[in-house]
Amino acid sequence: MAAPLSVEVEFGGGAELLFDGVKKHQVTLPGQEEPWDIRSLLVWIKKNLLKERPELFIQGDSVRPGILVLVNDADWELLGELDYQLQDQDSILFISTLHGG
Amino acid sequence: MCQVGEDYGDPVPEGPPPPRPGRELRCVKCKDGLPVVVIRAGDAFCRDCFRAFYVHKFRAVLGKNRLIFPGEKVLLAWSGGPSSSSMVWQVLEGLSRDSAKRLRFVPGVVYVDEGAACGQSWENRAKTLAEVKLILRSFGFPWHIVALEEVFTLPPSVLRCSAQEPLGTEGTYKVAVDSFLQQQHTVGGSPSPTQQEEQLSQPCTQDPEDPAGPPPAAHIEALSRLFDSVKTLTAKEELLQTLRGHLLLHVARTHGYSKVMTGDSCTRLAIKLMTSLALGRGAFLAWDTGFSDERHGDVVVVRPMREHTLKEVAFYNRLFAVPSIFTPAIDTKAPEKASIHRLMEGFLLRLQAQFPSTVSTVYRTSEKLVKAPRDGCAAGPRCLLCMCSLDVDTADSATAFGAQTQDFSQTQPPTPLAEAGAAPMPCCSAEVGRAQKCCQSTLLCRREDSQVIEQLCYGCRVNMKDVPSLDSLPPYILAEAQFRSQRPSQDIQEYLVENSDEEVHTTGS
Repeated sequence: MAAPLSVEVEFGGGAELLFDGVKKHQVTLPGQEEPWDIRSLLVWIKKNLLKERPELFIQGDSVRPGILVLVNDADWELLGELDYQLQDQDSILFISTLHGG
Repeated sequence: MCQVGEDYGDPVPEGPPPPRPGRELRCVKCKDGLPVVVIRAGDAFCRDCFRAFYVHKFRAVLGKNRLIFPGEKVLLAWSGGPSSSSMVWQVLEGLSRDSAKRLRFVPGVVYVDEGAACGQSWENRAKTLAEVKLILRSFGFPWHIVALEEVFTLPPSVLRCSAQEPLGTEGTYKVAVDSFLQQQHTVGGSPSPTQQEEQLSQPCTQDPEDPAGPPPAAHIEALSRLFDSVKTLTAKEELLQTLRGHLLLHVARTHGYSKVMTGDSCTRLAIKLMTSLALGRGAFLAWDTGFSDERHGDVVVVRPMREHTLKEVAFYNRLFAVPSIFTPAIDTKAPEKASIHRLMEGFLLRLQAQFPSTVSTVYRTSEKLVKAPRDGCAAGPRCLLCMCSLDVDTADSATAFGAQTQDFSQTQPPTPLAEAGAAPMPCCSAEVGRAQKCCQSTLLCRREDSQVIEQLCYGCRVNMKDVPSLDSLPPYILAEAQFRSQRPSQDIQEYLVENSDEEVHTTGS
């Protein structure tokens, strides 16, 4: 049983356009059975934060190729990508390197 | 066989997946620090090693190519995006190092405001421009802001390639560097750096190219009309790039810059290479994606960021707080199949996700391209828009393409041609205002169109097919097309004379 987590989700490089132009979001993830990981965070973002055009951000169960993910300013490839388990007060940054966001 | 995204019926037995670098690993370079980023396929770098690696790549690309001479004026084309911001930042840092390793050229920065092409209102553009000015001032170089609408005031000489200056050879580069260093020593230690600083600081305080208000409403409207009339996003992007290129060239020429640096990254160039192939620009890949592009003669376009991938750029900008601005472009939020550029980008990036050496392989291919003049003739006719040597045989009527494009000038009935022949000024004048009146006479308008089309290379012709009315192109293009087509081109003149002779014969008898 995972406790509620408070994390900061940030968007850059044009990705913020899909989120009403807001770059930083302080979110509280509700407690749930399985621990929160990036995979479930993406599902949560799609349901709660993403305002339009989900296909421009998410592809399958991961982010669209061309969108970089940094957790606490470190490459998510070093942390297991989708399987990284979120800790309280983590900062997750999504940077779009695609042309025009 | 290999299709990205195809669902295989049974799970394909894979070999053991490549070991993922985990946090417990150490930086591959210094073996000491905690890694923060993974470059290429599995190399984890710590923050400091990454910075050293990134900066070294930038200096190495410049040093390896030996094209930028000491004291040369270089224009940095800054779009506000991550790659060009990173490039400007690298130049800033490079200029401030101690004298042995410092960069030796004199930079200026230019920002092109393309808001009108994207349909933005002046208020939004003004807001963006205010932010842009803040950042430009903080750079400390002389800066220029130009609006894309200024293409309507460009002179036709922009499309003419100046006499080719011989590229500096190894010998001349070394000589130039040595004499520059000698100068520094003779003047005495520090005066030279301060001289350069003076040079840099003076124009800044004057705000050289600061447009006080919006460009003339007629130009804004003309630009919007031009871009709205283009049928496909692909053609819009290509047109935008062409116009932007001309504008940058003009700014460079007016202010005496002999080099223009653009921030195209490795990823962007790989995408550009594939896109150019799809657009029919295969003949010019070496110029479009190489390190240096000398098609204009006096101004050389240089791409120092071409070995940095977008991932490296994004990480560097984030870790070291490089200021950049996001401005919506014409393809912002466009669906993936909206244009060939988007499609190719999606294709390459998806492939890259599964095969991490995709982008570097494509890039390395572009490095091998050689700029050889076609059939040994370097001084042939040039394309009106992209200024590369024409790759279409204008007299080629044997192919379907040749027949199709020749048809334009040959389907005119003789009489209007004879009139036009007598008075060589076509009624379609280049000014935007008079375009409406003369379009009533569709025959002569088509001749105007054909004047432009026959001066274009294959890729540009394909693009112009999506521009329904070539009259909405900026006047300098139309004027130059008219000028070039009036140069003695014997074929059409002879044809005219023949025709009227025949007429006389038939009416006579």
